[in-house]
Parts: sequence; structure tokens; C-alpha cells
Amino acid sequence: MRTSGPGATGTAPFWLWTAGLILLALAAPYFFYPIFLMKALCMALFACAFNLLVGYVGLLSFGHAAFFGTASYITAHTVKVWGLPTELGILAGVAVAAALGTVFGYLAIRRQGIYFAMVTLAFAQMVFFFCLQVPFTGGEDGIQAVPRGWLFGLIDLNDTLVMYYVVLAVFLFGFGVIVRTIYSPFGQVLTAIRENEPRAISLGYRVDHYKLLAFILSAALSGLAGSTKAIVFQFASLTDVNWTMSGEVVLMTLLGGIGTILGPVVGAFVIVTMENYLAQTGSWVTIIQGVIFVICVLTFRRGIVGVIAPYVTGRQHPPAGPEPARPVPEVAAR
Amino acid sequence: MKLAALAGFAAALTIAPALMIAGAAHAQISGDVVKIGVMNDMSGLYADITGPGSAEAARMAIADFGGTVNGKKIELVTADHQNKPDVGGAIARQWYDNDGVDAIVDVPTSSVALAVQDLARTKQKAFLISGAASSDLTGKACGPTSVHWTYDTVALANGTGSAVVKAGGDSWFFITADYAFGHALERDTATVVKASGGKVLGQVRVPLNTPDFSSYLLQAQASKAKIIGLANAGGDTINSIKQAAEFGIVAGGQKLAGLLVFITDVHSLGLKTANGLQLTEAFYWDQNDASRAWSKRFFEKMNRQPSMVQAGVYGAITHYLNAIKATGSDDAVAVVKKMKETPVNDFMTQNGKIREDGRLVRDMYLFEVKKPEESKGPFDYYKQVGTIPGEEAFKRPAGNECPLVKG
Amino acid sequence: MLDWLHIPMPPAPLLFAQLLVGLINGAFYAMLSLGLAVIFGLLNIINFTHGAQYMLGAFCAWFLLNGLGIGYWPALIIAPVVVGFSGIVIERVFLRQIAGLDHLYGLLLTFGLALIIEGGFRQAYGSSGQPYTIPAELQGAQNLGFMFLPNYRAWVIVASLGVCLATWFVIERTRLGAYLRAATENPVLVQAFGIDVPRMVTLTYGAGVGLAALAGVMAAPIYQVSPLMGTNIIIVVFAVVVIGGMGSILGAIVSGFGLGLIEGLTKVFYPEASNTVIFVIMAIVLLVKPAGLFGRAA
Repeated sequence: MRTSGPGATGTAPFWLWTAGLILLALAAPYFFYPIFLMKALCMALFACAFNLLVGYVGLLSFGHAAFFGTASYITAHTVKVWGLPTELGILAGVAVAAALGTVFGYLAIRRQGIYFAMVTLAFAQMVFFFCLQVPFTGGEDGIQAVPRGWLFGLIDLNDTLVMYYVVLAVFLFGFGVIVRTIYSPFGQVLTAIRENEPRAISLGYRVDHYKLLAFILSAALSGLAGSTKAIVFQFASLTDVNWTMSGEVVLMTLLGGIGTILGPVVGAFVIVTMENYLAQTGSWVTIIQGVIFVICVLTFRRGIVGVIAPYVTGRQHPPAGPEPARPVPEVAAR
Repeated sequence: MKLAALAGFAAALTIAPALMIAGAAHAQISGDVVKIGVMNDMSGLYADITGPGSAEAARMAIADFGGTVNGKKIELVTADHQNKPDVGGAIARQWYDNDGVDAIVDVPTSSVALAVQDLARTKQKAFLISGAASSDLTGKACGPTSVHWTYDTVALANGTGSAVVKAGGDSWFFITADYAFGHALERDTATVVKASGGKVLGQVRVPLNTPDFSSYLLQAQASKAKIIGLANAGGDTINSIKQAAEFGIVAGGQKLAGLLVFITDVHSLGLKTANGLQLTEAFYWDQNDASRAWSKRFFEKMNRQPSMVQAGVYGAITHYLNAIKATGSDDAVAVVKKMKETPVNDFMTQNGKIREDGRLVRDMYLFEVKKPEESKGPFDYYKQVGTIPGEEAFKRPAGNECPLVKG
Repeated sequence: MLDWLHIPMPPAPLLFAQLLVGLINGAFYAMLSLGLAVIFGLLNIINFTHGAQYMLGAFCAWFLLNGLGIGYWPALIIAPVVVGFSGIVIERVFLRQIAGLDHLYGLLLTFGLALIIEGGFRQAYGSSGQPYTIPAELQGAQNLGFMFLPNYRAWVIVASLGVCLATWFVIERTRLGAYLRAATENPVLVQAFGIDVPRMVTLTYGAGVGLAALAGVMAAPIYQVSPLMGTNIIIVVFAVVVIGGMGSILGAIVSGFGLGLIEGLTKVFYPEASNTVIFVIMAIVLLVKPAGLFGRAA
């Protein structure tokens, strides 16, 4: 995946596929329940943002729910109570998530591997506590009945179809930013850091700057996903900041394929679909999620996209090599 | 990767065919079938009170009605909201928007009920509340298409709260479940306590579903209040009563007031722990011939006696179906209007009347839990010590903020 | 002393009582983090299944009582053995396959296993708890003047201190423990000395899981036996292990009890923050001394 930049095998098919996908996405609400699609798109964006960090910098965060959830609270509050226009509410959510990401990132990137995961988890738990305690979040009740409002004062978001296309646009924007980042020189440096951090340092890169920037970007885009979800469901709740949400985004990314561009999207759609299907059956959702985790780790470490991509593109050099890419190579078990 | 892109997307999308909007989804599907959705806690701490028992009560109501109304089939769907407002909100949205559900029933956990209430109001769909308790559902969050059927925090406060103060329990400390229901119950009870001349010494807010109450109980003990008010429900109430016994709170002279205790909770606690507890309920299976007859049928299906919530689900659905029959329409505004015009009379409610704010005004009963030697066997738990007339039980001492009644 | 903070000083009895309650919670943290630390030390696996195995211990005791009429005291032995054996199966079937891979895969795999086990039990028993009564010998309470201390809770503190010290002794002061520690440092060398390292790894995992199950049996009479009882505690126990130093036995014990006390103290001054204070400490420890308070440098 990493080696297949837009120029790698000729650009025409790439754009063809892209156009096909976008057409599919445009037509989808006529065939599927739009709210479901919107949820899946929000989760997909969240997973992509998460993947930017774990797949391309090699930092597994176990606290990304903090950004997702905080942004959704901020958006819900600013839109509902302060009466901000929807787009400004989303922007406020993203800004707060980015600010949070700056602080957490600054502190967390000093640690690696499992310690990084634990620091992010600790920060996320603090955010969860904050959200549980401060009055504006409504505690267990959450912020309910958030008005969707009018986008730029012109477009009525209360129409489900309109809302869908706005969410799609937000997703494509976020996805585009991520793809652009990965293929930029900046993204190449990130990959270099993941592969061999000491070497990147010795080449003169200020590794911490790169890591921090990636962290902030990931946090901001997670925030964008959270804010959008708050508008779609007109609701922000503790579920969004809970550590299980952090676990869910790991699951989506792992299932779809860590370090692949489309993997998180596929993973998110599969998981959201499954949850939707099995919502009536209670705990089966949990059991099946567990089974997916186990199967992925034991046999499927490159994820759906990581496994099928080489066959589909007809190229026999899976980018991750025969062994799976390790999320954090530098702390490989001794 | 390029192909993978499409394949991945296609794979993700094709396994979701059940989500497809049926061609007729946007047509007047409600004209062909009346669909009732029972949403509650199917496996969590309120599962015994509501859960599958409420679904069974709904099934009984539909069967007793004949399975059809005005020649149209009545269907039942159920779901588990896991006590999470976002889960419940999403299910309700899909039911109302997409699955053609005409009325959502039960919905314990007030935070979830408030989320559904918002949707019911904006989408103008019927919402028949039995499990949730917060009086805000007919107060500041009231809706024109909602009916709050069985009980609420105002009635509990007017029942248990004032009875306890009258018996001399004039200083209170609350252990409160930290969400909409707990807050409402604490607030409504505190109002009644103060109005009856008692005082509130303090309160502690406890997260929903807490396993260990010891720390909170110690604070309640240190407050020296005569009465420790348990503004919680289900498993939380059971745990706090049990651990209070463990820490010698009752032995130390303080009394517990379980503000919302169901018969299923007494069943779990056992009479040895629960005896002497005073509680307010809307229904007890062993009250009269009608309640015994209905409960016997329920017992045959579920192998336990019904809670008041489950009995309320039956009553609410029956009244709703009668209103559809009378109006010949399933438009929620018209049906609920009809429900409000019609007095309620069934095995658990005599001369009940639905107020403009959606509150069903009915008599409530004050019970005391029997001593082990007084009980003849499982579920023979209560003796009735008082009746609180509906007008008194559901009277809000602080006035009503519901926009439907303006003052 | 604290006047300038404008925090009302609680009455001394309440303070003592809360500290004691904190110590009881600390006893559970210590026993659970002990098992986690042992497993991490030798297997290099962060055992996310630990919470589920704690729950299994409690359920095992419940089954023994309700199915076979076997009471609390035998359950203290039987449940850890049974659950420990299930741990051995898990190690053989699943964990062995990812030996040598990154830590995070172990974390994700055990996370998945925990979801399966907990989901399965929730499906079967619902998430409301099953009652388990305190054994007759330990019912009642002692009036300590400042509080009623239920006998059972006093027993929990004593028993868990005993278990912790015994484990520490075995690992730090016996030959078996010496092998274990050596295998942690250099498994290949230890294998060369003729010791069956893979079997030792399996048995260690079983023992760590057994400790979790023991904690579960001891928790059963206090908390309800509920499928979700491990979900909430596991995250806290992680933090305890990280603070103590991953893989450090002494660290796990000391920080388990210590954090229980700190949590108890927090409940006096700022009850709502009691669940979070541990994570604040964890973040500070990780940033200042990443190997944990008692850990060797990573």
C-alpha cells in the first residue's frame, strides 16, 4: 500500500476507481438507511484519522475517544446552547480536539509502544472524568436534542438526504487530507520514523516535531468525525469518550488493515454494519467483536485490505511483506 | 489498492442488505399495519423489572385485542437499549424513520426515555412510557404525543417521601444515581420532605451500576441523618440495601428509604433483608381478583409475578389500541388526543385520567414488605398500608414547567 | 493545615473509615495486579483477559455453590485451579502463536478473548449480578469505634496480604522463582540449562490466571457475581501495574495497596474523582519515570 502512490502504476485507473467509489457513495442513500451510512462514514473518518497515527507513525493510541468525544460535546454544546451555526460548531469541536491533541501529543510522544498506549489511555480517562463531571455535558444523560441547523445559513440539514451529502463531503475532505498527508514528503518522513526511528534522527529529522504534528492532525480529524456524528445524531454522550470507543476504533483499523489507506474505511463499514445487524441480539455484538479481534491477530494481521489488495492489484509484493507490519517496531518483544 | 478500494467498499456494502429501505418505506406503511416497538433493558440491571417481561405483557395485550385493529394487523418489535441514551436514540430514530414503528413503549432509564421523547416530539410519533420514572417527561420535557403511564418520581416522592416524614423521619441524606432519573427522584423527594417540615442534610451522587456502595454508605452514616434516601433503582438499590446491612447502618439506628423498590427487587433481596421497607407502587399482583387473574396468566408465561412496569405496558398498549380503533387512524397526535379524552379502566387502573401534559393520573399504593413469617411463599411480599389518591400522588408541589399546560 | 484550600476537613472517623475501605479495594488491586505482573514478567503479554478471568473465578464459586452445593472455603481452592487450567488452555491454543510478536498484538488478542468470555456470560446470565452470600463463619461485623468493619472485609485484607507475600516469596526467594526470573531475562540460556521454558511459561500463565480467579472468589460475596465485574476493574488494575513497574512483583503489591489507600482518601475529599486519581498518577509516573516506581529501566 505504501509503495503505491498515485504515480506508481499510472494514474488513470486510480482516478477511475475513485470516481466509481464516489458515484457509489452518492447513490448509496437511495439504497441504504441514510443514518446508518452517516454513522459508518463518521466512524470511517475516525478510523482513518486513528490509522494515520498507528499505521504511518507506528504509535498505537488507546485514548483516541478523548478527541472524538470531546469534539462531539463541544459541537453539541456550542450549537445547542450558544446557538452557533452548525459549521462553526463543528469548527469549534475540531479546534478543541486539536488543542487537546497538542497538549496530549506533546507529553505522550516521549514514550513509545505500550507506554505510549498507556499514557494516551490515562489522558483519555481523565477526559472521560472531566466529561462526566462538568455540568455542560449532562453526565449520563448526555447533550440531547442538538439542532442540526442550517449549513452556512443556506442548506437545511434537517433533511436527511442533505445531511448525508454534507457528511459525505466532510468525510471526503478528511479522507483527502489524510491521503494527501501520507503521500506528501511529510508523510514519507513519518513512514521513515516508523520503520527506523534512530536512523531518521541520524538523518537530521526532528522526529518529535513530525510525530507531534501527526498526532495533532490525527486528533483534529478524529474531532471532525466526532463533531459530525454529534450533528447527525443530534446527540453527544459518554459513550463517545469512553475507553471502549478507543477500543472500537482499534478494532476497525485492525480488521480493515493497519497502514492501508482504505482499510479503516472497510473496517468501519463492516463493524458498524455488524453492530446494526446484531443490535437486537444484545451481547452477541461483543462476542463477535471479540472473535474478530482474535482471528485478526492470529491469522489476519494485515487486515482485509492488507490481504486482498495484492491479489486485486495483481501485484505479488504485498507491501507489508510476508510478516505483518508491526505497529510499533521499535519495541518488538525481546 | 485501486481494486481493493472497490472490492472493500462493495464487500462492506453488500453485507448490509437488511438495511435497505424497502420500496414502500416512505409510503403510508402505517396504514397497513400498526407496529409497536417495546424498547427496554433486556439484560442489564433493569431487565427483571422491564426486559422480556414487558415484551411478554405487550404480546398479551396484542393477543387479547385480537391481533388486529380495524382489520389491520398489529405487529410487535423489541430492542435492547442497554441503558445508553445514544443506543436507544439510534434505535428509536430507525424505528420511527425507517421501520414504520407507530408507538414506542416502556423505555426504562430516564436518560434514554428523554432521548426518545425528543424524537417522538419532533417526528410526531406515539411514545407510551412505562419503565422510566423522571417527572421531567411530563414536565419541562413533555410532548404532545407521549403518555407517561405507570408511575413517576413525583408520585414516589408523594408516596414514600411524605409517609416517611410523617412517621418521624425528618432529616434525610440521599444516595443518588447520577443520571436524569436519580436527579429527578432526589429533587422531587427533597421538595416533599421540605414541604412536610423535614430537612435534607446532604447527598452523594453515585455512577449508575456501581458494585461497591461502602464508601457512600459511610458518608451517609457520618451525616447522622435519620433517613438515608436511596434515589436509585434495580440492581443499585439491591446492592445499597445489602451493603447497608453489612456495615451495620440499620443496626446503628438510621433507616433506609428505598424510594423506588420493585417487587422483583424484594424478591432478590429476600424478606430477611427487606422486611419493614415501605415503598410506593402502582400495582401489586395480589391486590384484587382482576390483578390476580391477569398476573396468573403472566406467571404462566414468565414464571414470576409481574412488576408494575410490565402491568403498565399491557394497560398502555390496550388503551392505545382502543384509541386507534375509536379514531380509525394511527396518527399519533389524534390517537393520543383520544387517549387523553378516554378514562382508563382496566385490571390495574380504576378511573384513571390522562392529564394534558401526558401524565396518567391514577391511585398509587403504599406498601410495607412483610416479615418472613408473615409470607406464605414466593412473591407474597407486600401488605398494603395506604392508598394515595391520584390527584394527590401526581400533584407537583413546585408547579409544572410543561409548555403544554402553561404553568 | 488544609484550610487555605477551603476544603472542609472531614471528621476523623470518616477519614479512617474511608482509608480502610480503600485498603479493601487495594487488596483486590494488589491481587489482580500481581497476576498481571507475573504474566507480563515472563510472557511479555499484557493480559487483558485478566478481568474476565477474575469474573470467571467468581462465577466458578457461584456454580460450585448453586450447582454442586460446594461452599466458599473449598471454592477458594477449586475455582483458581479450574480457571487456572482454562488459562493454560488459552496459553497453549492462542498466546503461544503470537510469542515474539509485538506487545500490542498480545494486548489485542487478550482484549478479544475478554470480549468473548464476558459477552458469553452476559448472554447467558444477563448483566445484573447473581447473589453470593458471605460464609457463615465470617458474617457479622466488629465495631472499631470509628466504623463497623464487616468481618468478611477484614478477612479479605488479611488473606490478600498473605497471598501477595507468598507470591513474592516464591518468586524472589526460591529456586523456582530464580528460574522464572532467569527465563524472563534470557529464555534461550535457561533452556540450554535443561529447563523446559515453554512449559514454565504455560504454568506461569496458569498461575497468574489462578490468582485472578482467587481474587474473583474473594470478591463474590462483596460484589454481585456479574459478567461485567471484570470490565470495570481491569483498566484500573492496568494502571496499578504500570505505576508499580511492569513485571515488578513488589511494585504490583505496593502500588496495589497504596493506590487503594489514595483512592480511599480521594473519596473523602473529592468523591467523584476517585476513579480518575489513579490515571492521573499513572500519567505522571509514565512521564517522569516510565519504568514505573519499582521497575527496572525499560
